[in-house]
Amino acid sequence: MAKADFEIPELKEFPEVPPVVPGTMAHSQPFIAKPEFQESLNFPGELVDDWHDKAIDAMGDLLGKYRSLQVYLDSCVKCGACTDKCHYYLGTSDPKNMPVGRQDLLRKVYRRYFTFAGKYFPKLVGAEDLTKEVLDDWYVYFHQCSQCRRCSVFCPYGIDTAEISMAAREIMDRIGVGQKYCNEIIGKVYKIGNNLGLPEAALADTLEGLEEDVEDETGVAVKYPLDVKGADILLVTPSADFFAEPHVDGLIGYGKVFHEAGVSWTLSSKASEAANFGMFIGSYENMRRVSMRIREAALELGVKRIIFGECGHAWRVAYSFLNTLAGPFDFLDPKYPVPQHILEFTWGEMQKGTLNIDKSANDDMVVTFHDSCNVARASRMGPEPGGQFKIPRNVIKAVCNRFVDMAPETIHEKTFCCGGGGGLLTDDLMELRVKGAKPRMEALKNVIEEHGVTNMAAICAICKSQFTKVLPYYGMDMDMIVSVHQLVSNAIVLTGQTNDDDDDEDESAGDED
Amino acid sequence: MSFLTVAFAALFYAATLLLVVGLARRISLYWRTPAPLKIPTTPAPVTQGGVVLRMFREVVFFESLFKSTKWTWLFGWVFHMALFAVLFRHLRYFTEAESIMAVVTFVSPLFKYLAFAMIIGLLGLWGRRLFVDRVRYISAPSDHLMLLLLLLIGISGAMTTFVAHTDVVMVKAFFRSLMTFSFSDMPNLPNDPFIVVHLLLVAVLMIIFPISKLLHAPGVFFSPTRNQVDNPREQRHIADWARKLEQ
Repeated sequence: MAKADFEIPELKEFPEVPPVVPGTMAHSQPFIAKPEFQESLNFPGELVDDWHDKAIDAMGDLLGKYRSLQVYLDSCVKCGACTDKCHYYLGTSDPKNMPVGRQDLLRKVYRRYFTFAGKYFPKLVGAEDLTKEVLDDWYVYFHQCSQCRRCSVFCPYGIDTAEISMAAREIMDRIGVGQKYCNEIIGKVYKIGNNLGLPEAALADTLEGLEEDVEDETGVAVKYPLDVKGADILLVTPSADFFAEPHVDGLIGYGKVFHEAGVSWTLSSKASEAANFGMFIGSYENMRRVSMRIREAALELGVKRIIFGECGHAWRVAYSFLNTLAGPFDFLDPKYPVPQHILEFTWGEMQKGTLNIDKSANDDMVVTFHDSCNVARASRMGPEPGGQFKIPRNVIKAVCNRFVDMAPETIHEKTFCCGGGGGLLTDDLMELRVKGAKPRMEALKNVIEEHGVTNMAAICAICKSQFTKVLPYYGMDMDMIVSVHQLVSNAIVLTGQTNDDDDDEDESAGDED
Repeated sequence: MSFLTVAFAALFYAATLLLVVGLARRISLYWRTPAPLKIPTTPAPVTQGGVVLRMFREVVFFESLFKSTKWTWLFGWVFHMALFAVLFRHLRYFTEAESIMAVVTFVSPLFKYLAFAMIIGLLGLWGRRLFVDRVRYISAPSDHLMLLLLLLIGISGAMTTFVAHTDVVMVKAFFRSLMTFSFSDMPNLPNDPFIVVHLLLVAVLMIIFPISKLLHAPGVFFSPTRNQVDNPREQRHIADWARKLEQ
């Protein structure tokens, strides 16, 4: 079990809602962004002198630009429906991690400066002046929200705390209080093209290495092309897919699927990152600037389609926002939705029958599936509502014989965040990440004990990294996490593939054509 | 005319004006404020018709609240539906239309008892606010006072029906003359405490409606997570202020 200097929550068979314990997470906050990172995003380097007035101005500006913010700050009736829905509250007991508790940090200032009741009867309606203490609270608790939208499912008015958190982070950025992790990463995207700061040469090397590995293993020359002009498909995938485990096994899988489907595709060194941390900091301008790289890459390479790899919030930005931010995509082939998810592509190929699958290759696993929050509650796959739940499961079931779902109140639209989303996947927030993972860990442990589940598949780079790191704290094996396309990769039998020695049955070899 | 009658006439004109103007301004603000991004909570309907259905389920059945907590749903839904039924019965004070009066008279024997359902719903909601630690934590004084106000309105109203009958003919004549601005034949309001308290508190409720959390009533219709169609790939959605960034 991983060592920790904080108490690791105990996993229960029947999850409980903890009693309110104020302040348990008041000490948790991420590092502040250095001036240089702030400035590359067009934000002031450090807390400005007239921060109070600037913050209120920024709030007023956002209230005029976002109906969600205006309506949600007005509409809450404090019914309590959301209070037991946030994984961070369930894992920490801190009432400011209840969705409404978190919203109220902003709402009390909104009421004080923008509403009649708050201006004249502040005590009555819980309105408060914006003080340095309140600002500090904002920094602490708006960096304990992963913007997973689980609360918005249960709110009778659809109030989405993610919208409030994004606005709060934008206000803080505008007065010079940015979060290091997010803003440094966005800076890297501008400078180098991806979150990890992998330059083009390193990327090319990595892809070449992958080609060699796949050929060694299968005897088939599967290509992982970079910057190929005139390719049909531009694949945009999170940069973790280039080297992190188990992400890279997913990338190998995408390549195999494209290879078997017989389509031409390419990655782009310019848009070598699907993630868009502009969303996490609620900055439309930055989100747009990050998105424009994809448009530019698609134009420069002359592709016909854009497909996104496995990533949660990236898919939200791609599916829900890309057309808005960087559209219209009238230069692409109108036969295909823009953009598509790799799972939509793979499932389409499976239905066409172009993929030769040997399910027994995954017989050493009993697999469950973690619905990523942003895919589940902020996007879709396929033509039908809910396709984002069905298509990944269909693909998993097509390549695995043994699949089990976790408890119904922890999957689909009610899925729990991994605990590391929304710009919180940083080591300075380790305690929060471990505690926030508790509800998911509980559900996972239950299917391990009841159904012998050995692996959990995920379709998000952040989920994969977060679970890899957090599972050991709960006494589970970090290798449990697999990419969905890793399962596909295991089971796919490439045309002309030579068998590995360790293939168990000869039968499967006969399946090749 | 008695002083009470004059005072209440003035009060109800003022309250109505504040309610109508206040709500109109708020709704116009919600209407004018753009929603720059597609943020429906998914799975979401892919057609406008589907969105209408989703909103209908939300407003009539409190679908999301039902998913969340059954007790809050039960008390909240019972309170709201009983409130609408009771309000419907109040139409008899404002209309002469025979068709409406016929329906009101028909449902009255049943609907009048829904005042108790309304009170029970409110007590249940207050109970949660007092005894569930999470809900207690998020409650401001105004949240308690709002429940108190609604309870007193419900109880005082029920008293006029079930305990000390008010002269409803006089009350109706009073409101009809307010509505038709015919002050010459305006009758005096019955001078009994329950109706006075009831009317006073209703006027207070009308006045605070547009400046309180009661804005959830128009707010839900403007909630982007509930009223947007899930079709971002098919239709480009862009706000005016965002379009300016493209130039």
